[in-house]
Amino acid sequence: MAKQDSTLHPRPGVAFLGMPAFTEAAHIALGDDQLRRNLGRATRTIRDKRTRAVGELEDWQDLRTAAAMIKDRTLADLDRHLEQFEAAATAAGATVHWAADADEAVRISTEIVRAHQGTDVIKVKSMATQEIGLNEAFAEDGINAWETDLAELIIQLGGDTPSHFLVPAIHRNREEIRQIFLDRMAEVGRPAPDDLTDEPRRLAEAARLHLREKFLTTSIGFSGANFAVAETGTLVVLESEGNGRMCLTLPDVLVSVVGIEKLLPTFADLEVFMQVLPRSSTAERMNPYTTMWTGVTEGDGPQELHIILLDNGRTRALADNTGRQALRCIRCSACLNVCPVYERVGGHAYGSVYPGPIGAILNPLLHGVSDEHDAALPFASSLCGACYEACPVKIDIPTVLIEQRAEVVEERADSGRPSAEALAMRIAAWTFADHRRLERAQKVASKAGPVVQHVRRLPGMLGGWTASRDLPPIPDESFHQWWERTRGADR
Amino acid sequence: MSNDKIIKPMGSKEQVLAAVRGAIKDAVPPSVSRTYSRDLGLDRAGLVELFTERVGDYRAEVQVIDRDELGRVIGNVLADRRIHSVVVPDDLDPGWLTTVTSRVVRDSPDLTHRDLDQVDGVITGSAVGIALTGTIVMDAGPTQGRRAITLIPDTHLCIVAADDIVGTVPEAVARLDATRPLTWISGPSATSDIELDRVEGVHGPRNLVVLILT
Ligand code: SF4
Repeated sequence: MAKQDSTLHPRPGVAFLGMPAFTEAAHIALGDDQLRRNLGRATRTIRDKRTRAVGELEDWQDLRTAAAMIKDRTLADLDRHLEQFEAAATAAGATVHWAADADEAVRISTEIVRAHQGTDVIKVKSMATQEIGLNEAFAEDGINAWETDLAELIIQLGGDTPSHFLVPAIHRNREEIRQIFLDRMAEVGRPAPDDLTDEPRRLAEAARLHLREKFLTTSIGFSGANFAVAETGTLVVLESEGNGRMCLTLPDVLVSVVGIEKLLPTFADLEVFMQVLPRSSTAERMNPYTTMWTGVTEGDGPQELHIILLDNGRTRALADNTGRQALRCIRCSACLNVCPVYERVGGHAYGSVYPGPIGAILNPLLHGVSDEHDAALPFASSLCGACYEACPVKIDIPTVLIEQRAEVVEERADSGRPSAEALAMRIAAWTFADHRRLERAQKVASKAGPVVQHVRRLPGMLGGWTASRDLPPIPDESFHQWWERTRGADR
Repeated sequence: MSNDKIIKPMGSKEQVLAAVRGAIKDAVPPSVSRTYSRDLGLDRAGLVELFTERVGDYRAEVQVIDRDELGRVIGNVLADRRIHSVVVPDDLDPGWLTTVTSRVVRDSPDLTHRDLDQVDGVITGSAVGIALTGTIVMDAGPTQGRRAITLIPDTHLCIVAADDIVGTVPEAVARLDATRPLTWISGPSATSDIELDRVEGVHGPRNLVVLILT
């Protein structure tokens, strides 16, 4: 077969780090009408659906609280849970590896593939493998990594980077997808049918046929995990399409790359997360497929299982008393869909695998704020509080952002680099330059109600002023809303 | 010699664990309050009704049938859907297949994934049904077979005993054994990746037929 075209795998190291920092990227993204329309429609649709899915459960707030507490409990005792997980998984027939950083995780992965003389691997969408740049590293080593999720396939064939956790190809419309399939599928396997239309059903069918061949012939699978159970060594993957089941069931060898924050203490804890994750993410009562597997089962599924436990900055985040809560994140993407900033600029502007409000706090926590890009992220928010309200594990994103802004200010002051004030001003200018952006932020803020009451201190440019005063409460009706309603008739 | 080793897994393990311990030295584990609901307070008939409605919401075909109708109904479903061949777990009750005219393949370790790809459908039992979410859980136990057989063929005919239907996710989790391979199925395979239009069926079975046995 033809050698893999390297343009199919843009290196995040290049694609992401070479990108302009958030402020400039946001400007560029705002100029892209197509992206803005797709994102606007998509985020609105998911937002409305999610409100219904969550509203159906009377005990939703109890579930949120339990989910947050279970995660905090896990993190507060993470060393013990990790050791317990390793012991249970090993007893069930898995091989557990530990990776301090991305390079080490990649090296272990490559060695496993090499040990089996593998040239191809099939993959189920995984943020952890994306974070460590696995596909790109494999490409350099002559190993083809095939993404099997429909959206990831679109991204991979399009030589693109994902813009959303859940619907990574949200920035592509159906005509673009048709063209990508027609242009690229033939180079890497079964071609798209000549008469392919842009009907979603036909596009999905083309993907099914293209990938079926790979599922049946590839002997090594790679995955991440949504949850890892310390008590039993069980791994859990939630998905929709069945490509996850294919990758987790059909290969002889399975390698799962799992962030150390994915642990849950007990199998019974899944009773909470199997409720909050589907409803928060795809806004369904339950996602179509979930696979739970514990080690190796004779005669059923892969007979060799490797689990790579990944740190890569997580212990750095864990050490931050306020920021630690970001590690509760179950990557549901609810916070992205309610974020007025995300809705405007899209995921690419964040320049990271983790976009949106959670990305804005997670990236600086994982890497620190010495990099220009990470330093700009805490400012990519209007602090409206909608993300906190939506988050199924109650991560108080606004509070973490505020703390990080202060950190950026200090870091800049120490290093004598362009002042954080200047940086903050640039972003504030962007947020406030367009009155619609401001209105939207205010609308969401006043709806979020009590949640934002705790936002009492604004660091950065306003820090001096607010340090000794509480912010005035956000009015129920903004000036603009009032004007729209009354046209100033109250005069 | 050991210095020449490329991988030093113990080294990284200790490094990660030490970093974890340093990071959480002041952390206090909170106690978890589990005030969420565990059951729906429905009787058997109520659970069956809700389960039927919720499975139907995923655009799966659902029928509630009497135990002695099963053989006849299975034959009809396969004939209506023009399913020429089906695979079944090797312990499936032969009584279920008395009216089946399709070619029946009993699963065996010799059957390859490619062989399964040549089969139109699969008939299995299940472990647990969850009424609130319309979910079926398979645990590779009796009448369910290995995971590959319910994955590769395009139509899955799944039989759920009314007695195995519970109300909520917590009730289902309490019944499951973590050491078995578990598959939770809620409707046929689907994607919303193209402009968020839900399309039935990408890789898993595109047709799900659920027969509830009362
Ligand atoms: S921060 Fe919360 S809302 Fe956002 S992706 Fe993570 S879990 Fe979901």
